[in-house]
Amino acid sequence: MTKTQVMFTFPQELIREPIIYSLGHQFKIVTNIRRADVTENRGWVVLELEGEEKDIEQGIAWVTSKGVRVDPVVGDVVEG
Amino acid sequence: MSYARALRCRKCGQEYPLQPLNRCDFCLSPLEVSYDYKAMARGLSREELAAGPRSMWRYRDMLPVEGEEVDIGTGFTPLVKADNLGRELGLDRLYIKNDCLNPTYSFKDRAVSVAVSKAREFGFDTVACASTGNLAASVAAHAAKAKMRAYVFVPSDVEPGKLVGAAIYDPILVKVDGSYDDVNRLCTEVAKRYSWGFININLRPYYAEGSKTLGYEVAEQLGWRAPDCVVAPAASGLLFTRIWKGLDELAMLGLIEPVNTHMYIAQAAGSSPIVNAFNAGSLHINPVTPDTIVKSIAIGNPADGHYALMVARQSGGGACAVDDEEAIAGVQLLAQTEGIFAEAAGGVVVGVLRKLAASGVIKRGELTVASITGAGPRTQEVLTDIVRPFAVQPTIESVEESIGALVRSA
Ligand SMILES: Cc1ncc(COP(=O)(O)O)c(C=O)c1O
Ligand SMILES: [Zn+2]
Repeated sequence: MTKTQVMFTFPQELIREPIIYSLGHQFKIVTNIRRADVTENRGWVVLELEGEEKDIEQGIAWVTSKGVRVDPVVGDVVEG
Repeated sequence: MSYARALRCRKCGQEYPLQPLNRCDFCLSPLEVSYDYKAMARGLSREELAAGPRSMWRYRDMLPVEGEEVDIGTGFTPLVKADNLGRELGLDRLYIKNDCLNPTYSFKDRAVSVAVSKAREFGFDTVACASTGNLAASVAAHAAKAKMRAYVFVPSDVEPGKLVGAAIYDPILVKVDGSYDDVNRLCTEVAKRYSWGFININLRPYYAEGSKTLGYEVAEQLGWRAPDCVVAPAASGLLFTRIWKGLDELAMLGLIEPVNTHMYIAQAAGSSPIVNAFNAGSLHINPVTPDTIVKSIAIGNPADGHYALMVARQSGGGACAVDDEEAIAGVQLLAQTEGIFAEAAGGVVVGVLRKLAASGVIKRGELTVASITGAGPRTQEVLTDIVRPFAVQPTIESVEESIGALVRSA
């Protein structure tokens, strides 16, 4: 089991879809939301994903394929 | 002894002991070093600070370091009155803080000096970072001085001069073949796997504090006062927040009057998530994929972007971006007016300064400090077509033929 902290950014058309719910169900990932905000045209959620490395990888790939942007919570690690 | 007492979550206030840790367990927000300012204030005076070494370590008591520092001679860089540039831009009281003149040619030495000192205190024998060049050189140099091992990860498209600038200190250099996102993802994993002092991950709260010294120096060099305006570049946003914190702390400690400085963020248009959020009136930074030649500040998902944004807003400052062409024009203007050869990030600062002055956001009479954070010679490839010498034979006739008209017209 491993834990990963990520930020999802949802475009407007995906805000109403239960993507985080589906992520938990389809990929055997425990999702744990820490911070979030949704406005009329965008939403973001900071959450922790816990599961097998392979499941998390596939889950993130699926979320990305739906059109959600996935970024590490720590921000970009590569600096100037 | 330092006055640092805990790591504190910037969002929820949760406190943690001083350890190698970057994020709050609860809300995953960044942690920051907090101090016992009451005790600090008792031990500090202008006179004592002014009598300290001519380096960033004159402010040692305001930094979170307990043991001996790892110092390669960083800080107390010149603050020069930039009258020529000021005349070009319409600013009467313009100063340049020239951080090109640090040992590895960028302000990063400030941050890294503190981070590597802490790494040694925490008992790490290895430090690491992922960088497009400036941080890489600084980490490698400090590791050499501290006799520690350094792993430095760089993207494969790093400028050759920046590679040499890091390689000379003999770190273990790892060049990652992949997109910007790939390099980021890989380095996040690397940091999890190995128990190293990762300069901008688990050591980040300490790394951040080093940059405060830029703010301290500016105030001291102005005769113990804060400027009216500061323009500084932002990548992750950390430096920008710490210049502010530095000024704010001096006021809190009674060393300067209350601060009323307007803080302006400068970014490259091809990577300007913080400027975008400022202009949209949003408090949240939407990540972008960087596309600019100003690689040293090309961060798409800035770890401290939100906090930099808050500083710009709360200080009555702003945020502004310029494109690559304007950045290069800025590099040239700075060199040709003040004799300072900055890297493209400095050109961004000058370009932004030009815009802010032209639109009257920064007023002619305001005491303004432009923060020039890195030197130009390592990234010469961004400057095309500037070397156009007159080729002559070694005879005076040839010289006369070639530049005679020019000499007479001067
Ligand atoms: C020359 C230069 N200026 C400014 C910055 C911005 O630093 P920060 O990540 O603290 O915003 C960097 C580093 O990334 C840099 O290399
Ligand atoms: Zn917290």
